[in-house]
Parts: sequence; structure tokens; C-alpha cells
Amino acid sequence: MSTETGDGADPSLDDATAVREQVEALEERLSTVESRTESGDGSRKMTIIATKGSLDMAYPPLILASTAAAFDWDVTVFATFWGLDVLHEEHSKNLKLSAVGNPTMSVPNLVAALPGMDAMATRMMARKIDENGTASVEELVELSLDTGVELQACQMTMELMDYDEDDLYDGVTTGVGAATALEGMADADIQLLV
Amino acid sequence: MSVEFDVTETLDVTGLNCPLPVVKTKGAIDEVEAGGVLEVTATDPGSVSDIDGWASSTAGVELLDQVETEEDGETVYRHYVRRDE
Repeated sequence: MSTETGDGADPSLDDATAVREQVEALEERLSTVESRTESGDGSRKMTIIATKGSLDMAYPPLILASTAAAFDWDVTVFATFWGLDVLHEEHSKNLKLSAVGNPTMSVPNLVAALPGMDAMATRMMARKIDENGTASVEELVELSLDTGVELQACQMTMELMDYDEDDLYDGVTTGVGAATALEGMADADIQLLV
Repeated sequence: MSVEFDVTETLDVTGLNCPLPVVKTKGAIDEVEAGGVLEVTATDPGSVSDIDGWASSTAGVELLDQVETEEDGETVYRHYVRRDE
């Protein structure tokens, strides 16, 4: 009997070990990918970058954020530039609407540019919001904070606008920058720039 | 049309608009004990689609029924949401 067994090891056994190791490595990678796409309990993650501070544009980020929180999503709103006024306790109650360059206004731009027209447009919208049972910006900010939305204020803009942490609503996260925003966006299922 | 559920909690969101009916429903259902039924009364026509969408993608809640009635010349929407045991 002179069967060739080499050094005595069964080659098919080596193959099986190699395959098992490969499967284990792949399973580990899969679980890493899964943990990135689902934030633990299977819920989604959304990051909104809010850059606008007009009365009309304050709404979309806040409505989406508070609704997503009701879905048990992990939500972050990173407010930068004029978006910061939405988190500013005083300014958020006096956001304005521009009559100029707004094609839904029935007045021509030349007329809309006259003094007092922005104030009139703002008053009209504020009245509609009130009559319609739509929440105020202040209510939506409070609601978002109450339901666990992470509201972040861009540090660079805070300094640019000379805002103090005390000017913002209690519960707003400060001391964050673009890197924090990017990190949140990279982890999120949904990223929006408003 | 009458709907009979063992309603354990009620929530009135009449006069409120998007996103308040859904957000307040979520807040209220968290307070309902397991197996309990929350009756949400709304006047926002969007609440029909919104509460349906919210319930179908939120774990632990089940939308039992949605009923539309005319009351004092106003359309009222009642949503029955059950909290899973």
C-alpha cells in the first residue's frame, strides 16, 4: 500500500477550515454593515441640515423631524447660517417672510419691494398659520426637543452671528461643527439639506 | 356606522394640523397600557393617510379602524390605535 498522503493531513479538511473561516469573516462584516444601516433596534436614522431662517422655510425641517421622532427614528437637525434663527428663542418667534422673488405672491416684485410689504406678507402668513391650526415654529421646536430630536447649532455660525448659548432654546446642542454634521450624515439612512 | 372597541384612552386633536395629529398620537399611545386602544379624534383630512402611514411603519402599534363622520357640518375623523401586548 503506497497511497500518497503527503505529510499525513487530509487536504479536504484544510479546505473546510478555510471555508468556515471565510464564512465567519463574512458574517462579521455583514453584522457591521447591518449595525450601520440600522441604529440598533431596527429604526432609521435621519439627518437634516437646516440653512434657512425665513418663516416658510423654518417649517419643513421641524415638521419632518418631529414626525420622524414619532416613527421612533433617530433624528438630528444641524442648523447652520440662517437656520440658526429657528433655534434662537427670541428670533424664532419673529421669523419673516419675503414678498420679493416669491412667485406665489400675487403682487409684482416691483411692488413687493416697497417698504412694509415683507411685514404685510409675514402678517398674512402668520394669520393663516394661526387660523389653520398649524403649530408655531416655537411649538415645533419644543415638540422636537420633547420627542428626542437632537437639535444642533453650528458653532461657527454662532460666533459669526454673535449668538450666545443662552439665546438658544434649552436642550439645543452647541459646540458642533461640519465634522459632526458629516459624521451624522454618513450614518444616516436619510440626509436632507433644507 | 358604529364602531365598538374597548377604548381605554382618548385624544382630541381637532383643529390641529400636520404634523401635530401624528406627533400627539405617538405621545399618547406611549402612555396607553399594552393591549389598550386609543381613540384619536381629528378634523385634519390628512390625518387619515398620516396615521395609517405612521402605524404601519411603527413597531408595537396597530391601526384597528378609521371612521369618518359628519358632526355639526364638520367632517370628523376617528382613528382607533391599539398598543400591542
